[in-house]
Amino acid sequence: MSAVQQNVQTVDWHSDAIKARRKSRYAAETRLKAYGLIAIVFALGFLTILIGSLTVKGYKAFEQTVVSVEIDLATSGFDRDKLMDANWKSLVKKALLEVGGAESLKKKEQKAYLDMFTDNAAYLVRDQVIADPARLSGKSSFVIPLSDPFDQLAKGEISRDTPEDQRRVNDRQIAAFDQLVAKGVVSKPFNWGLIFNADSRFPELAGLAGAISGSFWSIVVCFAISFPVGIAAAIYLEEFAPKNRWTDLIEININNLAAVPSVVFGLLGLAVFLGWFGLPRSAPLVGGLVLALMTLPTLIIVTRVSLKSVPSSIREAALGIGASKHEAIFHHILPLAMPTVMTGTIISLARALGETAPLLLIGMNAFMTSTAHGVFDASTALPTQIYIWSDSPERGFVSRTSAAILVLLAFLVLMNGIAIFLRQRFERRW
Amino acid sequence: MAGYVLMFLLAAAIVMAFAGAAKARRTADAVPGKTHSRPIYHGLNAAIWTGIPAFVFLLLWLFLQNTVIDHLVLSAYPGVEAMDASARSIAISEVRQIVAGNIFKQPTPEALAAADHLRSLQAISGWVIATVAFASAAIGAFLAWRFVGKRARARHSVERAVSIFMLLSSLAAIITTIGIVTSLVFEAMRFFSMVPVQEFLFGLRWEPQIALRADQVAGQGAFGVIPVIFGTVVISLIAMLVAVPTGIYSAIYLTEYSPARFRAVVKPLLEILAGIPTVVYGFFAVLTVAPAVRDLGTAIGIPAEPNSALAAGLVMGVMIIPFISSLSDDAFAAVPRALRDGSLALGATKGETIKKVLLPAALPGIIGGVLLALSRAIGETMIVVMAAGLIATMTLNPFASVTTVTVQIVTLLIGDAEFDNPKTLAAFALGLVLFVITLGLNLIALRTVRRFREKY
Amino acid sequence: MNMMAETTTEAKQVQPMSEPSFKMLGRNVSVHYGAKQALFNVNLAVRQNTVTALIGPSGCGKSTFLRCLNRMNDTIDNCRVSGEITLDGQDIYDAAIDVVELRARVGMVFQKPNPFPKSIYENVAYGPRIHGLARSRADLDQIVETSLQKAGLWSEVKDRLNEPGTGLSGGQQQRLCIARAVAVSPEVILMDEPCSALDPIATARVEELIHELRSNFTIVIVTHSMQQAARVSQRTAMFHLGNLVEENDTDKIFTNPDEQRTQDYIMGRFG
Repeated sequence: MSAVQQNVQTVDWHSDAIKARRKSRYAAETRLKAYGLIAIVFALGFLTILIGSLTVKGYKAFEQTVVSVEIDLATSGFDRDKLMDANWKSLVKKALLEVGGAESLKKKEQKAYLDMFTDNAAYLVRDQVIADPARLSGKSSFVIPLSDPFDQLAKGEISRDTPEDQRRVNDRQIAAFDQLVAKGVVSKPFNWGLIFNADSRFPELAGLAGAISGSFWSIVVCFAISFPVGIAAAIYLEEFAPKNRWTDLIEININNLAAVPSVVFGLLGLAVFLGWFGLPRSAPLVGGLVLALMTLPTLIIVTRVSLKSVPSSIREAALGIGASKHEAIFHHILPLAMPTVMTGTIISLARALGETAPLLLIGMNAFMTSTAHGVFDASTALPTQIYIWSDSPERGFVSRTSAAILVLLAFLVLMNGIAIFLRQRFERRW
Repeated sequence: MAGYVLMFLLAAAIVMAFAGAAKARRTADAVPGKTHSRPIYHGLNAAIWTGIPAFVFLLLWLFLQNTVIDHLVLSAYPGVEAMDASARSIAISEVRQIVAGNIFKQPTPEALAAADHLRSLQAISGWVIATVAFASAAIGAFLAWRFVGKRARARHSVERAVSIFMLLSSLAAIITTIGIVTSLVFEAMRFFSMVPVQEFLFGLRWEPQIALRADQVAGQGAFGVIPVIFGTVVISLIAMLVAVPTGIYSAIYLTEYSPARFRAVVKPLLEILAGIPTVVYGFFAVLTVAPAVRDLGTAIGIPAEPNSALAAGLVMGVMIIPFISSLSDDAFAAVPRALRDGSLALGATKGETIKKVLLPAALPGIIGGVLLALSRAIGETMIVVMAAGLIATMTLNPFASVTTVTVQIVTLLIGDAEFDNPKTLAAFALGLVLFVITLGLNLIALRTVRRFREKY
Repeated sequence: MNMMAETTTEAKQVQPMSEPSFKMLGRNVSVHYGAKQALFNVNLAVRQNTVTALIGPSGCGKSTFLRCLNRMNDTIDNCRVSGEITLDGQDIYDAAIDVVELRARVGMVFQKPNPFPKSIYENVAYGPRIHGLARSRADLDQIVETSLQKAGLWSEVKDRLNEPGTGLSGGQQQRLCIARAVAVSPEVILMDEPCSALDPIATARVEELIHELRSNFTIVIVTHSMQQAARVSQRTAMFHLGNLVEENDTDKIFTNPDEQRTQDYIMGRFG
């Protein structure tokens, strides 16, 4: 025993060497902590810059510079029954020249002046009159959007200090624009067109209505398929399926499918739904089908987890009083699991709403100037619209792309907010 | 027509549900003794028999009618024998445009005749759907009505129907996988019939645009996939270089050091990064990050291309951070507390415990997570479509522009729906490559993670 | 077992009856987990080179007290310790005390063997490495060897030092953990029911080891087994419902306790 005793080394914990070592150990600790904080700051800083730059670029697109023009339709002599064919172009041109006092200008200068207003001004006036024929009997005021360069000028995106040959508006046009502003007919109201117009070649008229309707129908189809099928599959796998190699295979398959790149689903949709089944290109129906196939694995996994979390005592209680297995599941277990399932569904749908690549492959990047009224109408979706706009050279589309992103993010925030609310309000912990 | 039939079926099913339930209630009251199934099951049973067979028929018909009708129209089209596949599909789409009322140029008389043919076939098809659906619903309703009785096992019948639906649903994932594999393999085989497999797999040049000209199809290895995969690897590596340290360090800080309240705020904020659609990242990469990278390149004297690999990789890396962070988080949480306590009780600092005990113990879980993230990076599409280049070059310079598999798939297929030239079919071959690579990574990753979970 | 009992009595005779030297002292130690109080004003002295056993029914606070002695309770989020615990007269909860140094001086062995998923060698070398106790590789080899010898494991593992520690049997793993603790040359070793996960033979081996370690180290052991307390300890403290009921020589506690509750517990009336 004494032999062992001699073997004991004693450590002087207050020696300088140990103290110095401890100091460096704590320094390493602090460094590790600092790396962690730097990583978090980097990630969150990136998020801030992302959201910040989108907001800075996008918020201006929520306003649109317009000019109000008085047009006297009583003297136009248009036939009430042939409004579509009337000569709106010259009428509106006259009114626009009048408002800026440009009637006396030469032809070429008049054209430069008219460049200030959207090309489609005549159709806008026509559609408003057709919608409200009472306007034919007198003078009324119409709101005409300015064309993109002047919208940008009004918003300060085009600087007046730039040399004339490097900007898209010349000095004379600026003078004419300033004259309109001085006259008090130029204003910047909220840009409802961004939400309620369909796409257009002209940034000042382009809106998201088509994309929103396309996304809406796609998500409806996606939900209608993935929700019942996902729940049914999850119940079968969790409650009924025998545990054998076949169900193992299904399980592995589902997990893998959840990680298959989305663009591959696009290829599937293109080859199978468009190629073999001959479904219409660009249709929300196909988009929804593809998104449903993508969402399904996640939904099955979420539902299985939530079914698993319901204690088996509840199932036994129901079976114990003579309920069938189906009744135990549909009367007791599924309702208890439902809040989690709903939360998972909404989050999956939010993901599907932001999905772009598969929709591009099945042609949901079509240029459509009308909204989709059903699942067979060709249309775009919000994310593909963002992609299309981001590819457009006009300056107005840069801020419109940012604005469209903000709209998409708003939908996502809304959906996730609902999901979080459901989770906190209804989800129970066992 | 299909919409009306659908509404009719729905209405019929509802009516039969109430009628069946009512009859069940009457028979239950009329005869003494124990009833087998509650009236609601008789109602559901009646609704199922009325609606479901007709509905299934309707769906099948809707999916198949276009193919069938196109086939019929084409076979009656004059001179069809002389047409190749692309001429046929042009012909049929022209006929469809005429029927839809979009006439761009004066159609040929053959096309007009075919359009009439198509219209009449569509009309017939509509009536066939309506008739068959109606008959099927009527027969179903009649059988279900007769079935209602005191001892009739309506519940069993309903439950069997539900079980069948559930079984079929559980096969959906398998069917999807089969669909993916067959469509990719089928189209890729067609591609390989034009471009030899070894040229595709080992070729060092990727210039699909040139192949648009018929005389250069399959010429000189313009479909070599190596440079495309090389570019994919470069961008994915940049992404992983950003995401792996950031993700792991932030997970370490959040699980081991941060106060609970800080974690409760920061963790959801990090998760937001994963919830932002990739098209948004792509736009951000083009608009903000790429110019910044170019400035950086100028500052250090390396000329950067506008769509540099660095910009795309950096943004993709940020997108993946929460993914790695939360998987590492799980891996750390799975390490038993006893190990942590054992290390702390020896006088190790927290940092030493993390680096020397937790990290090695959690490593398999973290590696699994990193592999999953890598597979995601390789399959990520929109960021690279918007921010990476189109030209396949083999360079390791992060300021140069490279292309990826997904970029090529999208650019080859956008705006081109005809499956008959190597350019579009190449996209499917690329898709097959992408699917195989990501599947392999996923399988390895999932297995690693599962082993790790079983260990603790 | 008979032999064991003999050695125990022999050991007690060796222990001088003069003024005992206290290694650690707890005064008015109270512990709260959140709002719940787990320990009430415990006063307990731990004597140098003595095995002190903490006994009592489960949930009585004996493990909580043990974990206070090297501040392992710090790792539990809502745990609050009040009162004073000294090591060689110095308050271990004092702000000037470095918790890393404290844990190096007061080592701990846990209920379930928890070897790191590394080799046997690395498990033992871990402590000396982080504290910088070895100047060279040979030094480290020496420390590993003596530690394993002290833990009575050397002869069993000396040929497979590079195999994972998790591959050993339960009893070997626990002795590895003891070797790991010993390698840092602590002054006090805390053992939290070290044999509860072991079979009887492995238990006997560990008990023998505890007995040998006493000459070099001060040992505090929590155990739920009366027999084990009687076999390995010289002093025994009885806890009940978060209170220290009685603390005395082990012989006295097991033959003639002062408190009725101790008597009842030892006789098996509750617990």
